[in-house]
Amino acid sequence: MTSLARLQNPYGDGKLIESCGLFGMMDTTGRPLRGRDIIRAMANMHDRGNGLGAGFAAYGIYPEFRQEYAFHLMFEHEEARRQTEAFLRNNFKVVHHEGIPHRAVAEIDGPPMLRRYFLRVEKGVARAGHDDYVVGKVMAINAEIDGAYVFSSGKDMGVFKGVGYPEDIGRFYGLDDYEGYLWVGHSRFPTNTPGWWGGAHPFSILDWTVVHNGELSSYDTNRWFLEMYGYTCTMQTDTEVLAYGVDLLARRQRLPVETVASVFAPPLWETIDRMGERERRRHTTLRAVFGGLLMNGPFTIIVAHHDEMIGLADRIRLRPLVAARRGDLVYLSSEESAIRLISPKLDATWSPDGGQPVVARLKAAAAEAVGGNA
Amino acid sequence: MSRFVINARGVNYRDLNARVKAAAEAGNEAIVLRNVHGQRYIGTSLRKPVKVDVYGTPGNDLGAFMDGPTVEVHGNAQDGLGNTMNSGEIVVHGSAGDILAMAMRGGRVFVEGDVGYRCAIHLKEYGAKVPVIVIGGGAQDFFGEYMAGGRVVLLGLNGEKLGANFIGTGMHGGVIFIRGRVDPDQLGKEVGLAEPDESDRAFLAEVVQAYGRHFRRDAGRVLEDGFVKLYPRFLRPYGRLYAQ
Amino acid sequence: MPHFAPAQFTVERRDTRCIRCRVCVNQCSFEVHYYDAESDEVRSRDERCVGCHRCEALCPTQALAVRFNPMEIRPNANWRPEHIRDLQRQAETGGVLLTGAGNDKPFRVYWDHLLLNASQVTNPSIDPLREPMELRTILGRKPDRLDFDDLKGDLMTELDAQVTVETPIIFSGMSYGAISYNAHLALNQAAREFGTLYNTGEGGWPVEFRRFGDHTIAQCASGRFGIDLDYLESAAVIEIKIGQGAKPGIGGHLPAEKVTPPVAATRMIPAGTDALSPAPQHDIYSIEDLAMLINALKEATGYAKPVGVKIAAVHNAPAIASGAVRAGADIVAIDGLRGGTGAAPKVVRDNVGLPIELALAAVHDRLVKEGIRNRASILAAGGIRSSADVVKAIALGADAVYIGTAALVAMGCTLCQMCYTGKCNWGIAVTDPWLTKRVNPDIATRHLLNLLRAWNLEIKEMLGGMGINALESLRGNRLQLRGVGLEEWELKVLGVRGAGA
Repeated sequence: MTSLARLQNPYGDGKLIESCGLFGMMDTTGRPLRGRDIIRAMANMHDRGNGLGAGFAAYGIYPEFRQEYAFHLMFEHEEARRQTEAFLRNNFKVVHHEGIPHRAVAEIDGPPMLRRYFLRVEKGVARAGHDDYVVGKVMAINAEIDGAYVFSSGKDMGVFKGVGYPEDIGRFYGLDDYEGYLWVGHSRFPTNTPGWWGGAHPFSILDWTVVHNGELSSYDTNRWFLEMYGYTCTMQTDTEVLAYGVDLLARRQRLPVETVASVFAPPLWETIDRMGERERRRHTTLRAVFGGLLMNGPFTIIVAHHDEMIGLADRIRLRPLVAARRGDLVYLSSEESAIRLISPKLDATWSPDGGQPVVARLKAAAAEAVGGNA
Repeated sequence: MSRFVINARGVNYRDLNARVKAAAEAGNEAIVLRNVHGQRYIGTSLRKPVKVDVYGTPGNDLGAFMDGPTVEVHGNAQDGLGNTMNSGEIVVHGSAGDILAMAMRGGRVFVEGDVGYRCAIHLKEYGAKVPVIVIGGGAQDFFGEYMAGGRVVLLGLNGEKLGANFIGTGMHGGVIFIRGRVDPDQLGKEVGLAEPDESDRAFLAEVVQAYGRHFRRDAGRVLEDGFVKLYPRFLRPYGRLYAQ
Repeated sequence: MPHFAPAQFTVERRDTRCIRCRVCVNQCSFEVHYYDAESDEVRSRDERCVGCHRCEALCPTQALAVRFNPMEIRPNANWRPEHIRDLQRQAETGGVLLTGAGNDKPFRVYWDHLLLNASQVTNPSIDPLREPMELRTILGRKPDRLDFDDLKGDLMTELDAQVTVETPIIFSGMSYGAISYNAHLALNQAAREFGTLYNTGEGGWPVEFRRFGDHTIAQCASGRFGIDLDYLESAAVIEIKIGQGAKPGIGGHLPAEKVTPPVAATRMIPAGTDALSPAPQHDIYSIEDLAMLINALKEATGYAKPVGVKIAAVHNAPAIASGAVRAGADIVAIDGLRGGTGAAPKVVRDNVGLPIELALAAVHDRLVKEGIRNRASILAAGGIRSSADVVKAIALGADAVYIGTAALVAMGCTLCQMCYTGKCNWGIAVTDPWLTKRVNPDIATRHLLNLLRAWNLEIKEMLGGMGINALESLRGNRLQLRGVGLEEWELKVLGVRGAGA
């Protein structure tokens, strides 16, 4: 939406600065989990946000539309909806559409119009090009249709976010009623922006979502590096560059998440210099080629897409991250207390090293990837 | 002597030169390249006194930075032949293009026919290294421009009057010999004109005979005609350019 | 016909302190001082003084003070003393005015209008004394993507040749001939010891220095001096010099008096002739010709080293840099308006080119927009005076910087701008053996190492303040800069916000 910059960054700052709490949980056998637990966990970290944004992403929630791209849109006005629906009809087969269910919550003020569309790419586009096609259309709506914003665009998953504390946003969308095998949540503490519904996390493109805590000192370097690959950074947020970085490396260049982690949070040169020849060459080359995607400064992120949830903290661990496991369940959180609240008996908890990703994978998917990294 | 033959048709210059180099390093002393069409830098990376015969039309910068080999081109050559060459010999059975032997420091180049613009530009010499260029036909403008050393011989055997202007402009070293007459208006301001002396004539006899052997010409008849000698009038052509 | 042109400097000698030791007499190659035996006095011919302050520095009793002596004509904002002096010299000689060092005119120095950021609260500053701070920089062409073996995870992509430096500060090209043998030795030694690079300049490279080859950029310029396969193969990087910030678009003449036998041997030309560098490289009349020379050099050296291209910052710098990258340049060096020179026509030095800050920002932006910024590293040159300038250059988009004048100052230069005379009293921009002895290569090496160490420490402090612990995260990070006292168009070209905005 053309008014996006105004909404997102009314004071015209160079970039947005925010800090946060985050949480992720995944059942690695694919069993569905209700939204209730993650809402409780996020509520427990209430003080990490300031009510100016919260959100969730859930995977496996639209089994009846598994093959369709599920677009979640917010509209500021009816004209935006009219234009967007015409655009969607011109570019997709709209299999189903409806309002995103929500209920009145006293703490939530003036939500935009919220609708979802289940879309199929028409036959003219080669199967392998579907994802790039969808990315192009999402960027087009967000950049060109005033008052419209796509905040979720993956298959069989959805992002639910808005201005408020996480427990209120959870109630607003009735997330208790959804069942998914992988959930991530986020509460936001922006320092230089009022809340805007689109500015809340998770930030998502296709089925990739990113939630993030911290502030990147390298933002502007990351921005131009991504622009070189055709991305347009309109949101002026760290989360956006992280999300595009994941898209570039993991989706477009098909690098495994461990390698993506080595780019975002590489080992120090003195560590690299001590490695054996194979690893030294690998890390030296990654830093030389993708130095522009080193995420410098404090951050913790949880990146999710179908079958995988990854937690990563910066290389000198300036932001917190706790991981835990109970049976087939894997948790990631800013604080251990939030995990303990919903899962008091854990098999293990640990504090991951900076730059070392924690990866939870769906077991069925791992079995399919013969000889893969699982 | 073993002859190693490479068919260059459709082969990228990088691959071709790598193959020539590998053949030289494997001990082949004579390498023949057939169907050459525009591949550049032939002879550049060879540092052995191998003989390379090129059939076809080699690309630009033949023998650039070359140090040691002999390259014989059976056809015309293009621009930049012998660029910054250090030693070795290039023989062209045909004509060559512009900036032949630019900044060449040593070795010999023989061209049977004509050459283009700015040939022997910034030709150098150092110690025992004195580059020699013998051109059978004519040359175009700025011939011997900025010349700092070396010896250039222009035989004019194409039967046409030499058309080049600004010959030897900026020349501050070396000599140019031109068979027949040259109009003073065709010369750069820094060039002096003289008759060859005895040692010059001995040099000319030697290189013209070599030219005759390469291209089956009667050197004696070529040498019968008079030559003029072009030399730099100043070691410091631009010494008076500046306020002192 | 007398002209009024007072001496530019006056030499004040406190006779009560002068012990008639005649150090000043012996030190001054411009023959300012002389001893009058009859009166037992040391006197000076002030009109010969160039203001290099060598005598003042070496006077054992501090008896000397050299002071600038402006021509105090009626104040005139248009016809200034410099114009009058130049007019008079040209009326007398009919010649082109020469000068040395970099542009000294008051064009805006953008470094002085850029301020750096630091972290407060929202992200932490980092103390470089305790935590790692990485300045290592890898120069060369980078691919758009990397491929790994699906099964074993091995890296499959082979990078083109790269070169690693442990500081983003590289010594700029200054030819042997323009500066002395000892100065070259010191630069080459310091580069090796610190893990950075020395640049031969265009006057060849003494064979006995080739043991420092892993830390050397060998230049290939229009004069092709001293270039043979050994020269090219011994270096870590080859740089095609198209232009120089102090004199874009023109060549150079090393006067015969500077072409001593060792200079001639290194350049592989006869001693005692002018060494002429043509304005263009005559095998490059177009961009595809540049590609041809780049590939000729790669072919000659087995594709084993990066080949860079150095251009002067001129009006079309972004398009030229883009063309150079597409022609295969692995490194593009841009030399700005204030870059130094051993000799240049004053009119060119002072009137041609662009400030490096603007050219650098424009080139970086252009390469990003074209999606090819990763294909070449950018070196910024021309008037880098301090570690702050280095940090600002990198934030504007440079991978590393070249320093020339700053390195000469570290070896003793006082910027008298007389480099072209062959009389440098500090023994730097000179080849006369009597003067070159004044630079002790080991002491000069130590000074250069000290300079690099000090700047590295300061760079780390500034980076830490920004909350950045690896230099690559500063590259093109314009949000770390704010402009003060700049016009809107200047902020736009630099891609920075005004202070407070």
